Amino acid sequence: MRDALLDRDIYEPEEGEIMEVAMGPHHPSTHGVFRMDVKLEGERVIKLKPVFGYLHRNHEKIAENGAYLSAIPYTDRLDYLCSMTNNWGYVMAVEKLAGLSVPERAEYLRVIVAELTRFQNHAGLIGFLLQDMGASGTPLMYAFREREKVLDLFESLSGARMMCNYMRFGGLRVDATKEWLDEVRSLVTRLPGFVDEFEALLRANEILLARTQGTGVLPRELAINASVTGPMLRASGVNYDIRKVDHYGVYDRFNFKVPLGEHGDVYDRYMMRLLEMRETVKILEQALRDIPEGPVMDPKVRLRGLRPKPGEAYGRIESPKGELGFFLISDGTGNPYRYRVRPPSMINLTILEDMCLNHNIADVVIILGSVDIVLGEVDR
Amino acid sequence: MALPAIEEIKAKIEAAIPGASVTVIQNGSPSAQHSLLLDHAHAPAVAKFLRDHAELRLDYCTLVTGVDWPDTETSEKIKVKKLVKAADGTESEQEVDEVRKTKVPGYLEAVYHLFSMEKKHGPVVIRLRTANRTDDTHVPSLTPIWRGAEFQEREAFDLYGIVFDGHPDLRRILMWEGFKDFPMRKDYVPPPDEIPDVAAQAAGQESHA
Amino acid sequence: MLGEGIIQGLVETARNFFGSYVEKDRLTTVQYPEERNELPEASRNFPFLLFDGPDPEAGLRCVACQICEKECPPRCIHIEKSKDKKPDFVGKPQAYPAVFNIDVSVCMSCQICVEVCPFDAIRMDKVYELSTDDRFRGLLYTKKELAKSNEYYQQIHPVEAAETDERRVKEAEEARAKAAAAEAAAKAKAAAAAAAPPAADASTNGAAAPAKPAETKVTPQ
Repeated sequence: MRDALLDRDIYEPEEGEIMEVAMGPHHPSTHGVFRMDVKLEGERVIKLKPVFGYLHRNHEKIAENGAYLSAIPYTDRLDYLCSMTNNWGYVMAVEKLAGLSVPERAEYLRVIVAELTRFQNHAGLIGFLLQDMGASGTPLMYAFREREKVLDLFESLSGARMMCNYMRFGGLRVDATKEWLDEVRSLVTRLPGFVDEFEALLRANEILLARTQGTGVLPRELAINASVTGPMLRASGVNYDIRKVDHYGVYDRFNFKVPLGEHGDVYDRYMMRLLEMRETVKILEQALRDIPEGPVMDPKVRLRGLRPKPGEAYGRIESPKGELGFFLISDGTGNPYRYRVRPPSMINLTILEDMCLNHNIADVVIILGSVDIVLGEVDR
Repeated sequence: MALPAIEEIKAKIEAAIPGASVTVIQNGSPSAQHSLLLDHAHAPAVAKFLRDHAELRLDYCTLVTGVDWPDTETSEKIKVKKLVKAADGTESEQEVDEVRKTKVPGYLEAVYHLFSMEKKHGPVVIRLRTANRTDDTHVPSLTPIWRGAEFQEREAFDLYGIVFDGHPDLRRILMWEGFKDFPMRKDYVPPPDEIPDVAAQAAGQESHA
Repeated sequence: MLGEGIIQGLVETARNFFGSYVEKDRLTTVQYPEERNELPEASRNFPFLLFDGPDPEAGLRCVACQICEKECPPRCIHIEKSKDKKPDFVGKPQAYPAVFNIDVSVCMSCQICVEVCPFDAIRMDKVYELSTDDRFRGLLYTKKELAKSNEYYQQIHPVEAAETDERRVKEAEEARAKAAAAEAAAKAKAAAAAAAPPAADASTNGAAAPAKPAETKVTPQ
């Protein structure tokens, strides 16, 4: 049978009974409180429905009831592993809405913290994916060792390890000292060695190759049509990286490549993150070399009581998970009239069913792991 | 290749799909992201045209947002001829200022942001409005054209009550099945809290102490 | 050879395992609570109120302007203004908070209250070992628990405290200089007024007493 609307086959069971399994929400491998209602015929998946909303905190309504400044700490908690990039997405949308400009040193510092965030996110994701596959913690702990170093840097810069609340519209909250930049430089010199070690750990592992190559293939056209973004899209061969397309911030001053995959399977997504970690290190080296002196905050900006003119704006960045966008409608008062988050994790889950059909249930876990979801962002 | 101006896109749509009503909505902010308001009957055809047109190729629907515009009241002062009683009892017709209030009905709105992965340009913003907020909240679904709108239209249905006709699986996504009411609307009243407000109670005790 | 990839991985694991005995970088475990990590200076946990001098009530910097209460995103601060006033560090009479409560079960340590305070009255503490078994009253910090001295602040955030203290000393000096200048100007005006009328009076009848010099109100330092 064929589903004409979604243009895919509806699998009817051949023999035996259908078993319905609810994977989650209490599950060690679903990356949070996330449920998948899976219909199985033997071990083969014939239907999969993702169910989420267990972490829904109505972040959008809270932000609409508060001022523009008050929403910044709440954006930290969207994708709670990458708070700096969440902040950047929101302040970029406010800057587009109110027409604010950012000093140059602030732009460089934003790039530095965003790329550090991307690095620790990809390292953590590879660790979690390999743990889901059964590598019981070793790659994860190696990734977390580097992640701790990055979080210590964030703590000495902004005061908190994960919920940094560091960016403001018009710049940053505090400036980085010379000592902090020197510490970042010394960390960045050690990062390529870490990536080599991390890659060598599992690059040629036969179990990994057997499980991930050919699993969860996402064809190129479906990826574009399903609004997939981020490393998952690039693993399917589509060259769309918002850092290169929109040239936001000062990214057009840096020389970095955008790795692309060929097959769109789980192995390509895993390699995509490794290659992006290497490109991230290149960007960090260049940014640390070229960062100018100067102020980090535009003095004319009113943080308290910002009242942009009525209008709307959509600002987006390339977060480690995909395209993170914020859509703001202002009605001239101090609270946003409409505040909407474009959650990359939730939208990347649209084709989870398509990727998992006809695979074994054991593959569902690794396919979900390669999508890279954080429930704080899926549910908001 | 740069995206054509919003008026040009409107002209292209009207040329290709006769009968489509396309209105340009200006955007007051410095971002200058103007939008196109479409009518219900032709919206799927317009969407398909925008996706497949050789120059535009808007194949990537990034964001579907629901917006609530509640009923408002506008008041205007108009001059009305009325019979006015003067102090000595005589009646005469004079022009008097009267404040006339008119109710502007509210609506729900679905805003779609479109980009192009092939041409790397955008955004083009299109809007669909419902007739009102109470009984007729139907708009056509654009999921058949952009699969990525599937979960987001479900979310707009869940949180605002906008019913998308033609959506393959329209049910609640963030709230649980059986939840009544639509949380993101401006007039939503949350159910009363059972947890006591400890800070206020303690503060009450403190100021008496 | 089948298994070569696995052996390569195991070589890496072995390098980390044996390396952890030799390189400090590879063994990152801290045996808490016997060892503790040193917190960097900027680290923040929950807010506290500052007071100057020995008395927490008299030296409290907070003037109950309620800006932090308005700007707090989860609205965890509750302030009630006092009816009377007390002088602040430049001598101006200011109100003070009769009630200042922070519900730390709601506080999300965002530091916005610190950013918006115009009186340097609220700052972030670094203490994180705050567990209590009283879920409601134990997590509501009142003015008594929140007020900590400036010396404590200098210990936990030395660079920030040095900056704040320098700025406040300068402000106090400027205020003193302004008050002294105002007093001198008033005295000069009074002396000029006292010099002129006696001359005028002497010319008329000489019995009128010299005009009293106008006294400007200067608050004692």
